[in-house]
Amino acid sequence: MMRGLGGIIYKEFIQITRNPATLVITLLIPIIQLIIFGYAIDTEVRNVRTQVLDLDNTPQSREFLNRFRATGLYDIRGYVASASELESAIVSGQASVGIQIPSGYGRELSGKRPAEILVLIDGSNNTIASQTMSTAQTLGIRMSIEQLSGSSPERSLLIDVRPRFLFNPALRSANFFVPGLVGVILFLVTMLLTSFAIVSEKELGTMEQLAVSPVSRGGLMLGKILPYLLLGMIQMNVVLFFAQFIFKVEIAGSLPLLELLALVFVFSSLGLGLIISTIAKTQLQAMLMSFMILLPSILLSGFIFPRESMPLPIYWISALLPVTYFVEILRGVILRSAGMEALWDEALILTCMGLLLLAIATVRFRKTVG
Amino acid sequence: MARTADGPAISAAALTMRFGSFTAVQDVSFDVSPGEIFGFLGPNGSGKSTVIRMLCGLLRPSEGSGHILGMDSSREAESVKRSIGYMSQKFSLYPDLTVHENLSFYGRIYGLGRRLHERMDAVVKQLHLAPYVQRRAGALSGGWKQRLALACALLHEPRVMFLDEPTAGIDPVARRELWDFLYELAGRGVTLFVTTHYMDEAERCNRLGYIYLSRMLLLGTPDELKADPRVTPDSARWYEAGLDGVEPPLEKLGKQEGISDVTVFGNTLHLLADSRVSQPQLTELAGGLEFREGAPTLEDVFVRLTRLAEQQRRQP
Ligand SMILES: Nc1ncnc2c1ncn2[C@@H]1O[C@H](COP(=O)(O)OP(=O)(O)O)[C@@H](O)[C@H]1O
Ligand SMILES: [Mg+2]
Repeated sequence: MMRGLGGIIYKEFIQITRNPATLVITLLIPIIQLIIFGYAIDTEVRNVRTQVLDLDNTPQSREFLNRFRATGLYDIRGYVASASELESAIVSGQASVGIQIPSGYGRELSGKRPAEILVLIDGSNNTIASQTMSTAQTLGIRMSIEQLSGSSPERSLLIDVRPRFLFNPALRSANFFVPGLVGVILFLVTMLLTSFAIVSEKELGTMEQLAVSPVSRGGLMLGKILPYLLLGMIQMNVVLFFAQFIFKVEIAGSLPLLELLALVFVFSSLGLGLIISTIAKTQLQAMLMSFMILLPSILLSGFIFPRESMPLPIYWISALLPVTYFVEILRGVILRSAGMEALWDEALILTCMGLLLLAIATVRFRKTVG
Repeated sequence: MARTADGPAISAAALTMRFGSFTAVQDVSFDVSPGEIFGFLGPNGSGKSTVIRMLCGLLRPSEGSGHILGMDSSREAESVKRSIGYMSQKFSLYPDLTVHENLSFYGRIYGLGRRLHERMDAVVKQLHLAPYVQRRAGALSGGWKQRLALACALLHEPRVMFLDEPTAGIDPVARRELWDFLYELAGRGVTLFVTTHYMDEAERCNRLGYIYLSRMLLLGTPDELKADPRVTPDSARWYEAGLDGVEPPLEKLGKQEGISDVTVFGNTLHLLADSRVSQPQLTELAGGLEFREGAPTLEDVFVRLTRLAEQQRRQP
């Protein structure tokens, strides 16, 4: 069954240590990705560039602008002289928010009609837009209540809703992204390296040489899987280490449990790598196919966008991606200290997916080699 | 496993291979005796490699069967694989591994076990690879790459070797050395199946097969092929003349009725003339060159029979 396994593993390890590209792909690129993604995918909104048209220019209007400034959300960069200037500042991208205070604002504050403040928002970035909008509205309500009750800001509210975050108390986005990133990196590298390892034998012509040797298919397949399984596990630990080191993402739960579930997950990506290698004839084709699987895995797995808010068809597609379950497991163990009793269903699904993908790979492998 | 010692080492029985609607090999049959060097010739794309792949068990023939030492190439592929060595036409070793590592790898996948080092030492010695064992295979020159490929294919001491264009693209000295080594192997009883485009290599083989447009056109020893009546028509004779630096009037000779196959081999003019042209007439036509009766070369054999096959194909 496993004839030739030892020989293949022996050779694979020589090639891994000798080929700088493999080591760069497995160790260096993930760390760079971690840093780039970790810093770039940051959904915390702060210091939104803001322009102001203050037609009132009274102590009241300046007090109002100070309240805006104090939120830390609006960074008032400058003042414009007309409504058209305010609009063009947003159209040109100079500012994302424009605040227009009408003349007579100070007077109307104590009058019968409500004082109308216009807040122009660039809607093209929906995260910025929704945050700046809701904060502006909240601010308006707060200040109205204060005005009506005439009380100090601290004692103004009748109902005070105070949320308390159980996990990730600082709401740092690194805590949300880094665990998912570990999963995506592990997925990409193991899938890519296995398919490369096999396709390169086709390109070299050595696959034909192997096919006339007594190496069995099982020996060849396992010989191509095991080295990259080990490499993937080492890589995950390196990435986890750097995640703690750079982003202070501590593993709250059990590391051995995480390793075990990662092992289960890696069989799916190795299976996909094997399947790709039975279709692709060149390493370039293998790479393109890997990215075709990688793209939905990044966008739909819940790594970036929460699955709960996906349209139903997309939600079902995301349910077919192994990464979806592994990202869930990673967040569970790393952030919520979840144990097996909470993660058994994800683990079960990943086991089934891994077995299914390996079975498909085995059947296809039989057809193409020899 | 292997049945009889005196049966053919390689046997092809009506081998046919179709890729979709295209027939790459059509009804090819031949036997190769143990210890024989069998030369397999034919233009590019005529089906040589496909025949080898079927005999090695890499491809399942559409029709017919191949046998190695009495074992069926497709049904007993596993036993066949242990008894054959195969050198494909493309260099197929790992360029990033050293000579030593390549040998060690192939030794392991053939399950040599405790005999690994003994066998590695033996092939390194046989092919004089010792100075290169620590060199990366990718850094070797063409001739040394072929030696390494041969060494890898010989590790498990196969009794039958398939060599697909082993001398393509290597220099004449390396070519000579490789052939010396092939003779040595044949002397030890290894059966060799070699494809080539070189006529001088064909001359060195015990027997030859010539495949053209997927069919086997000719089969026999070099002398048998040269004596084939189709090569030399009844009334015609082959002539040759030493040139000694004289520029022969090739165009004039070629246009002459009754003369054909005018070729120059190094310092010798070579042609076929029928009864319409006598020996003195030849001398006159060729501006005083002295002709003597000669024999067809292997190239003549292949060129004439290919032409004949072309004619038959056009007017069935
Ligand atoms: N796997 C294949 N699929 C389709 N056609 C093939 C395949 N292998 C070989 N051929 C075709 O069969 C013919 C014979 O090829 P081959 O045996 O390699 O010729 P040779 O070795 O004599 O140059 C060629 O036309 C080639 O294109
Ligand atoms: Mg060929």
